[in-house]
Amino acid sequence: MIELDSVSKNFDDTTVLAGVTGQVNRGEIFAVIGPSGAGKSTLLRLIDLLDTPTEGTIRINGLDIHADKERRLSIRRMMGMVFQKPAVFNTTVTENIAVGLRFRGTSKSEIHTRIEEALDTVGLAGYGERRARTLSGGEMQRVALARAMVIEPEVLLMDEPTANLDPVSVEMIEELVIRINRDLGTTILFSTHDMYQGQRLAHRIGVLMDGTFAQVGTPREVFTLPASRNVARFVGIENVVDGVVVAAEDGMSAVDIGNARIRARSSFSRGERVSLCIRSEDIRIAPAIRGRRVFDGNILPGTVTSVVPRGPFSRVTVDCGFPLSSVLSWKAVEDLDLREGSQVTASFTAASVHVVRAGED
Amino acid sequence: MYEIIEGFLEAIRLIVTLDPDVMAIAARSIIISLTATIIATLFAVPLGAAINFSTFPGKKSLINLIQTLYSLPTVVVGLLIFLLISRVGPFGFLRLLFTPTAMVIAQTVLVLPILTGLTISALSGVDPVIRDTLYSLGATRLQFLINIMKEARFAILAAVAVGFGRAISEVGAAILVGGNIMASSFASSTRVLTTAISLETSMGNISQSIALGIVLLVIALGVNLAIARVQHR
Repeated sequence: MIELDSVSKNFDDTTVLAGVTGQVNRGEIFAVIGPSGAGKSTLLRLIDLLDTPTEGTIRINGLDIHADKERRLSIRRMMGMVFQKPAVFNTTVTENIAVGLRFRGTSKSEIHTRIEEALDTVGLAGYGERRARTLSGGEMQRVALARAMVIEPEVLLMDEPTANLDPVSVEMIEELVIRINRDLGTTILFSTHDMYQGQRLAHRIGVLMDGTFAQVGTPREVFTLPASRNVARFVGIENVVDGVVVAAEDGMSAVDIGNARIRARSSFSRGERVSLCIRSEDIRIAPAIRGRRVFDGNILPGTVTSVVPRGPFSRVTVDCGFPLSSVLSWKAVEDLDLREGSQVTASFTAASVHVVRAGED
Repeated sequence: MYEIIEGFLEAIRLIVTLDPDVMAIAARSIIISLTATIIATLFAVPLGAAINFSTFPGKKSLINLIQTLYSLPTVVVGLLIFLLISRVGPFGFLRLLFTPTAMVIAQTVLVLPILTGLTISALSGVDPVIRDTLYSLGATRLQFLINIMKEARFAILAAVAVGFGRAISEVGAAILVGGNIMASSFASSTRVLTTAISLETSMGNISQSIALGIVLLVIALGVNLAIARVQHR
């Protein structure tokens, strides 16, 4: 439905997008995730014709949207957009939602019906006559969503729609996104710096880093098989270590990371420089003396360097010649009597090590 | 001191009893300045919008120039209009000198920069997200302009009020091109609040001056209250 073909955008001397290529399919929810300043907003603005790409083309239904100035309006009218900052017109909620329909010359009775429906959908029934500026940020954002929705766009673009909103509003907006996509079949393209939001909502995710898609895939692919060291870091894999493959056989390899050898499942061959990504949830900590050998696994002796509470868990960092961080329940920390200086063994299976080619970074 | 208090009490009496002279002068002031403000608004708002929404070389300098003209001395405007419409001037044949029309022209010229500049400020003060939202909702160029104006309506209204305030309170241009004439008919007289205050004071009619001054302040206050009320709605 939306094809991005080497889309680049420069602002003066700064390159924001450097050749983004990808595709959003009809009817899917596609999340553009990436750190702040990666160009997510710029990409959405280019698609909504609020800006023009420096190079490359964006096609919707096969049509280059920036090619023909005459068609800009009709192309733009296929889309709705919700911006990061909740912005409402200084009038009533009803009038706010009506704006897009009035632009299209929709009849009064039709506008009335659609607004009532939309208010109901976004949970603001009875708010119609309120002044939009008096609403809370979350309510304003729902008005913005209703306003974009009533025009029944083929594509709904949302630029970090829940950034700066309270958790309850975030949840409501997320539910609405899923409902709009499911009930109306609207193709939704949204950006977020919250990788978990991407995971919760999206059918597919594009990880935008340094102006390009570092990876495009299902949330599962992106979160378990990150394509690069940077993506791994961004999706919250805390342990990323670099090394060189020293032995490889039958999809198993041994990687020398300097002061230890790690066994991992991978198809890289001897001599290749790689990065190992190990989720902290996959690392087990056991007392040093009781370290049993795990088949196919890695057992590394080390010293606990820190125990830091994180929500209902504790993050335990172990120095095994390199820092390795693990997540344990408070109870486990207590049972194992873990504290700074405790001698332990950290273990993880070869399958829990995800191996990527080492980047230049 | 006694004289001032006396004058003040007399002034109150003139206002409370709706003294015909004071009321006629006040009404004339309002009519002339309001007409000038309305005419200036009709020019300034589209002009401000045109400047704000187009890009051209020297745009910043133009806006700077307009802002400099905020403090255009009223006597200079008066002099300029005087030269243009005096008997020997290029528009002398219109016989406009010392008529209310001349005063309207001068005040229009006087408030035009303020109204244009404040319109530009009002429009550029609209949140960029609002502009993007309008486009993303599929606005045509005209629909966009109309809706941005709507968003900026209170700021534009405030600009109009400032313009009216400047027009009704200026004395330099009014006296130069109006001449402070008290003719037999209301329409051909050019005596307004400011010129009358200036004259009465020089003639020693303090109470008359104070009365006119209070009326002027009340008008200014009334305009401000009206604006504040609209903005708070």
